[in-house]
Amino acid sequence: MTPVLSLRGATKRFGGLVAVNELDFDVAEHEVLGLIGPNGSGKSTTLNLISGALPPTAGTISLRGSVISGLPAQDIARRGVARTFQLVRLLPSMTVLENVMAGAVFGHRRRWGHDAEAQAMRVLDLVGLSRRAQAPVGSLTYIDTKRVELARTLAGEPKVLLLDEWLAGLNPTELEEGIALIRRLRDEGRTIILVEHVMDAIRSLCDRCVVMSSGSKIAEGETEEVLNDPGVIEAYLGVEEPAHA
Amino acid sequence: MDIIFTGLLLGGTYALIATGLNLQYGMARIMNLANGETLVAGGFGAFWFWTSSQVSPLLTIFVVAPLAFALNWLIYVVVLRPLVKRAKSRGQLEVDAILTTFGLSFVGVGVMLALFGGDYFSYSYLAQPVQFIGETYGLNRVVAFAAAVLLCGALWIWLYRSRAGMSVRAIAVSPDSARLVGIDVPSLSARAFALGGAVTAVGGALVSSFLTLDASTGVIFTLKALIIVIMGGVGDIRGTILAAVLLGILETFVATLIDPGLTLAAAYLLFILILLLRPQGLLGRART
Amino acid sequence: MTARDRRGVTIGVLLFALAALLPLASDSYFLSIGVTIAMYTALATSWALFSGPTHYISLATAAFFGIGTYTTGIGIEYMPYWLTLPIAAVIGAVLAALVGVATLRLSGVYFVIFTLGLAELVRQIITWGQNVSGAKGLYVLTSITEEHIYWQLTGLSALVFLAGFLIWRSRLGFAVRILGDDEEVARHSGIHTARVKVLLFMIPGAVAAVTGAILAPRYVYIEPAIAFTPMLSFQVVIMALLGGTGRLWGPVVGVIPFTFLWEAISGTFPNQTTLLLGLSFLVIVYLLPRGFVGLIEEARGRVSRRGAFA
Repeated sequence: MTPVLSLRGATKRFGGLVAVNELDFDVAEHEVLGLIGPNGSGKSTTLNLISGALPPTAGTISLRGSVISGLPAQDIARRGVARTFQLVRLLPSMTVLENVMAGAVFGHRRRWGHDAEAQAMRVLDLVGLSRRAQAPVGSLTYIDTKRVELARTLAGEPKVLLLDEWLAGLNPTELEEGIALIRRLRDEGRTIILVEHVMDAIRSLCDRCVVMSSGSKIAEGETEEVLNDPGVIEAYLGVEEPAHA
Repeated sequence: MDIIFTGLLLGGTYALIATGLNLQYGMARIMNLANGETLVAGGFGAFWFWTSSQVSPLLTIFVVAPLAFALNWLIYVVVLRPLVKRAKSRGQLEVDAILTTFGLSFVGVGVMLALFGGDYFSYSYLAQPVQFIGETYGLNRVVAFAAAVLLCGALWIWLYRSRAGMSVRAIAVSPDSARLVGIDVPSLSARAFALGGAVTAVGGALVSSFLTLDASTGVIFTLKALIIVIMGGVGDIRGTILAAVLLGILETFVATLIDPGLTLAAAYLLFILILLLRPQGLLGRART
Repeated sequence: MTARDRRGVTIGVLLFALAALLPLASDSYFLSIGVTIAMYTALATSWALFSGPTHYISLATAAFFGIGTYTTGIGIEYMPYWLTLPIAAVIGAVLAALVGVATLRLSGVYFVIFTLGLAELVRQIITWGQNVSGAKGLYVLTSITEEHIYWQLTGLSALVFLAGFLIWRSRLGFAVRILGDDEEVARHSGIHTARVKVLLFMIPGAVAAVTGAILAPRYVYIEPAIAFTPMLSFQVVIMALLGGTGRLWGPVVGVIPFTFLWEAISGTFPNQTTLLLGLSFLVIVYLLPRGFVGLIEEARGRVSRRGAFA
C-alpha cells in the first residue's frame, strides 16, 4: 500500500547552511509519527517543506503518490495537508466559529453556508469548545487558542495533520487535556505528524518516531526502540558533553 | 556616446538622491514618500543663496545639509517614532508610514507654495559648455556629477569602513540582533533617517543648478528615487548607484531619441521589468 | 439573510431612492455637489472593497478614471454613448488584473509606488500618442445633462453597494477577510491569495473606469491633464480612510463631509488644497486610524455597555 506521505531526499539550504539534509521517511495511513530531535535540528523546517511554507532546495515530497513539493502552500492545503503553527496564529478580527470555518470553507474538503457552519461546530465540539463558538478569539485562554487552531486544521478533513509543537507552553493540567485530545484524534484513525519536545506525549501518542539531528535523520522506528537507541540519547545529551569534558 | 555620458552625469546625481532614500528605507525602515520635498527644499535653498547673494551651490550644501539633517531628525523623532512604537506588525508600520509620509509630502508642498509661490525657479550657475571627446556638456552638470560622486564615495566609505557605519548596516540587516549587541537602535535609526534627508537635500541643491524645479516637482523625484532603490535593492548602496546610472542613461536615451515627455514612462517600464524578473533587486540574491 | 441584513438593505434602498430625487428639488449648485458626492461615493466605496481588507493602498484611481474618460471620448465617434460604459468597465478591469498580477505578489510599498506612477505613465503615453498623431484633445458632444450624469453615478454607486454586499456574503468575501487578518494562515488554509487579491482589485479598476466614462460628457473637451489628475487618487484614499473601511457604508461617511470641506477650502484658499490633503492624511493616521466608523462604533459600544450596567 502506498504511504500517505513520503519524503525522498528532501533538502533545504539557506545560503551555506543545510537546515534539512536528504531526509527520507514515510507516513502510513492512520499512523501518528513523531518528528523529534534537539533544538535547531530541522524539525520545523521539515514541516515547512511539507506544508509548502518553504520550497525544498532538492528532493521530492509526495502525498498518496503524487508529488506536492514545489507547489504553493494553498495548493498543498487543498490536496489535504493541514498544519498548526509553532506560535499560534488565529484570525484576530473573527469569532471562534469563523476561525474554524476558514478551514471548513477553503480546506481539503470544501463546504459552504450551513454545511460549513455545521462542520465547524462538529470539530469545535470535538476539541471541546462548542460553547465558545461565538466568542471573539481575543478573549480565549492560551490552551483554547491552541484548540481553535487545531479545530481549524481539522475542519477541512485533511489527509495529513501537521502539529508543530502543539503541546508546548501548556501547564501540567492543560498538557493532560491536550494529550487526551490528540489521543482521541489518533483513535479516530487520523494521520498525524507530531513535532514535539514533550517526552510523555511522544511516548503515549506516537506509533513511530523519526529523529533528526543537525538536519539529518539519525534514527527511525518504533517509539520505545528509538528513544532507547544510544545514538539518539547521545544526540539529545551530546550537546552537553563538552561541558563535562 | 553623447547619450551615455549625459545619462551618466544625470545618473550620478540620481544616485545621490536615491542613496538618501535608501538610507531612510533600508536603515530607518521608513519608506519616506516626502523625500522629493526634501530635495526641492534643498534646491530652493541653493536658489535663494545664489539669487540673493551669489553664493555657489557647492558652498550652500554645507548650510543645507545640517539644516536638512536637523529637520529630518525632528520629523523622525516627533512624527514617525510614535508610529514605530505603536505598530503591531511590519505591515501596519508600512501602511502608517506610507500615509504619514504622503501627508508630510503634501504639507511640504503646501508650505513651499505658501512661502515661494507656484512658479518654476531656475538660475544660471556655471552654465558654460565644456568639451569632452568631441561633445559639449554643461559645466554645471559635470560639477554636480563630480560632487555627487565624491559624496557617494564618502558615504560608502563611512558605511563600510567605520564603526558607526557598521552599526547602521547592522540595523538594516536585523534590528533585533543589533539591539542585542548593544547598538542603540532608536537613536541610530533617527540619525540614519536624518542623514538620508541631508543627503537628499544636498542632491536637491546640486540638481537645482541644472534642472528647473517648482514646489510640486518633488513627487517626480520621489518616484524616480523609489524606482532606483527598488531596482538596486533595499539597503544596497552599490546596487543603488548602478540602478541610478542605468536610469539616467535610459531617460537620456528616451528623451533624445523618442520624446522628452516619455522619461517617466520609460522609467516605469524598466520598473515593471525589474518587478517581474528580479523583484529582489539587480544585485540582490534570490530569496531562498 | 439575517434580520440585520434585511434592515441594512432596506435602509440602503430607501437612501438611494431619496438620493435619486435630488435633481427634482435643488438648484444647479447643489446638483453639481451631488454629482461630486455620487462620483466619490462610487470611487471610494469600490476602493475600500479592495484596499480595506487587503491593506494595499491603491493610488491607481486616476489612471482607471482617465482611461474610462478616454474610452468614452474615443468610442463615442463609433458607437452609441451607453455602449462605451461597459467597454470602459472591461478595459478598467483587465488593466487592473494586469497591474495586480505584476505587483500584488510583492509588498505593499511596491504596490503603492506602482499605482502612484500608473496615471502618470498612461498620461505620458497618451500625450505622446497625441503629439505623434497631431490631435490635441477630444470633443465629447452629447445631449447628456447634469441630471443624467447624477442619476448614472448614483446608479453606479448603488451597484457598487450591491456588489459589496454580495461579495461580503460570498466565499470570495470570506477569503478576503481571512487574508486581511493573516495572509500566512490564509495560504495554509487553502486560499489562493494572489488570485483573490487580483479578482478584488478588478472591482475598483472597473468602477473607476466607468466613473470616468460617465463624466466624460461633462468635460465636453478632454485632454490628458484633465483626465489624469493625480489629486483624484489621493482624495479617494482620504475620503475612504476618513470614513473607515471596516464597513461597507464607511467611505460614504467620509465622502460627504470631505466634499463640503474641499469645496469650502478650494473656494476661499485655492492654493492651500495640497496642505489640506496633507493634514488630512496626518489626522487619519494619528487621530482616526479606523475612520468615523471606528468613532461611531466606539461610541455605540460605550452606550450599550452603560446600558448593560444600568
